Amino acid sequence: MKRVKRRYLALQVEMEGVPSEKELMDAIWGSVTRLYGEVGASLTSMALINFDVSCKIVVVRTSLETLDFVRASLACIIRVAGMPASVHVLAVSGTIKALLKHF
Amino acid sequence: MKRLFADLHLKINPKDTQTLQNTIQRATNFGYRYIAVPFSFEPTTSEIENLTTVCKTSGIEPVLRADLYPRNENDLMNSLRRLRRKFDIICVLCDNKELSRQAAKDRRVDLLNFPNLDYRNRFFDRSEAELARSGNAALEIDVKPLFTLEGPARIRFLACLRREITIAKTFGVPLIVSSGVNEERFMRMPRDMASLSYIFGLDIVEGLNAVSSNPLAIVLRNREKLCSNFVAPGVRIVKEVCGL
Repeated sequence: MKRVKRRYLALQVEMEGVPSEKELMDAIWGSVTRLYGEVGASLTSMALINFDVSCKIVVVRTSLETLDFVRASLACIIRVAGMPASVHVLAVSGTIKALLKHF
Repeated sequence: MKRLFADLHLKINPKDTQTLQNTIQRATNFGYRYIAVPFSFEPTTSEIENLTTVCKTSGIEPVLRADLYPRNENDLMNSLRRLRRKFDIICVLCDNKELSRQAAKDRRVDLLNFPNLDYRNRFFDRSEAELARSGNAALEIDVKPLFTLEGPARIRFLACLRREITIAKTFGVPLIVSSGVNEERFMRMPRDMASLSYIFGLDIVEGLNAVSSNPLAIVLRNREKLCSNFVAPGVRIVKEVCGL
């Protein structure tokens, strides 16, 4: 069976206040679902890896095939937990270790 | 070579110094090298100086851009005659067919922009693309409606963009992706803008070109033309010698 290649994304969340992990993932899933539907969202294998509350940096994992549309969906987020927000991709890497070298 | 990024459509009021400073600072932090704030009238010297000072302080290059909203073809020609040599970039908002055709074939027009919300008034078809290519005009796409529209309106908007981009790629019309935002919270990093263009049918390299090399080519070409040494494309005065 072919190994699934993954990518890890470091995201900067810009908003007033700090959202919970659930609120953040709801916003990300919501954006992916709005753009690509439930079938598209199911292909992403997206998961939250880490959420640094102090600097609002999130690490999420996705599959390599769906990286482009996950990035597009992340750029479309304008609200998290009902508050105006934006999400910027700081770095993309194939391993968590390499991703953390960016910071 | 490192890419230089440009956002040629930041819809902020040039008179509002505080917003101007915040937005430009944010654009600098995001990694933009060139930004354009559109003027829809002839700006005063102080307004231009204000914009230039704020940009230079933040380490960003200002691009002077005029947005024209002509009522008819004569109005367009008059505006172009009056403003062409005063601005680096001229963009025409085309909201009727005759105007779109005239703007596309006029070599003084750099960017063609179409109404974002009224998809019936987007006249970028094959004929328009043919004229735009011969007139050296580029198609500008604002991404702001992707944030503000929802549901069927966004679906229609995306469908229009996909159709227009397919036509533009077929005819070789350059594409420019701009933010078109008037609020800081809608600003996105250049690579995020390129990712957004993936939604409407550009691959990642084309998306990056639409926020870097395509806008820069227009700005540099026009600055060369506006330079006093310019004679014709590829010909410039190097040295003037008296007494020959």
